[in-house]
Amino acid sequence: MTTTDTTPAEQVAPIVPSFGDDETDRKLAIICSKGNLDMAYPGLILGNAALGEGIETHLFFTFWGFDMIMKSRMHDLQFSPAGNAAMHLPGSDRHMPQALAPAMTGMATKMLKKQIADLGVPEVPDFLDQIVAAGGHLWACRLSADMMKIAEEDLRDDVEAIISAADFIEKTEGAQLLFI
Amino acid sequence: MPVTTLNGKSVHVNEEGFLTEYDEWDESLAAVLAEQIGIQLTDAHWKVIRFLREDFKAQGETATTRRVQQVGGVPVKEQFALFPKKPGKKMSYVAGLPKPHGCV
Repeated sequence: MTTTDTTPAEQVAPIVPSFGDDETDRKLAIICSKGNLDMAYPGLILGNAALGEGIETHLFFTFWGFDMIMKSRMHDLQFSPAGNAAMHLPGSDRHMPQALAPAMTGMATKMLKKQIADLGVPEVPDFLDQIVAAGGHLWACRLSADMMKIAEEDLRDDVEAIISAADFIEKTEGAQLLFI
Repeated sequence: MPVTTLNGKSVHVNEEGFLTEYDEWDESLAAVLAEQIGIQLTDAHWKVIRFLREDFKAQGETATTRRVQQVGGVPVKEQFALFPKKPGKKMSYVAGLPKPHGCV
């Protein structure tokens, strides 16, 4: 029994959110090419958000992005302020002197990890677990693997395969694409 | 804000249909809300809904899927099975809460 107070004279259907289950042929492909801690997150956050919207999502790891999915490296991504002109001294608008930046990787990594954790955002391996649990697909780049002599057993078990660029293009037909 | 009658009771909703008043929701309403989006509630759904309600009361904001897993103890994979495709939005709708604001 459903009516609405705004137009009491008529029977009006309740307002039901349109979750749009039927229109989800939308697809997203994210190419993760960086292995810096700060550059790992954009792809993970957007991929996770897309999955939560019912969008088919593929993450393709290439070059330095392999550090995100290598069992031996994925727990130890680093953030370096070197070469980053937008790096400021903590809590201020003053630029960090670039001469100091190279020596600060350890401290900067620690600080960034803490800020990420404080927001309840998972570390990279844990975040990829969540993405896979939400139905996301992980792929690795054939050329990078050959060049860096990396085999499937070096990668997370949930990486579906090492595939060529052409395979990737085929799998992501019709997808929106992000290169990070 | 529009007012809708659900289950014989007037409730305030936003333009999308999410309830806007925490106290206008009750458990009998949850089943009606769920039915409108094609979900039959089971005990597993109730575990999520009750966590969301309690957590909102304590935190003042709707838990994200991440938080429902980490704090509420319901794995993300199960959330997708219970509230298909868009668990974050669907479970908050059924729980009579706003959509989660958090990115993760």
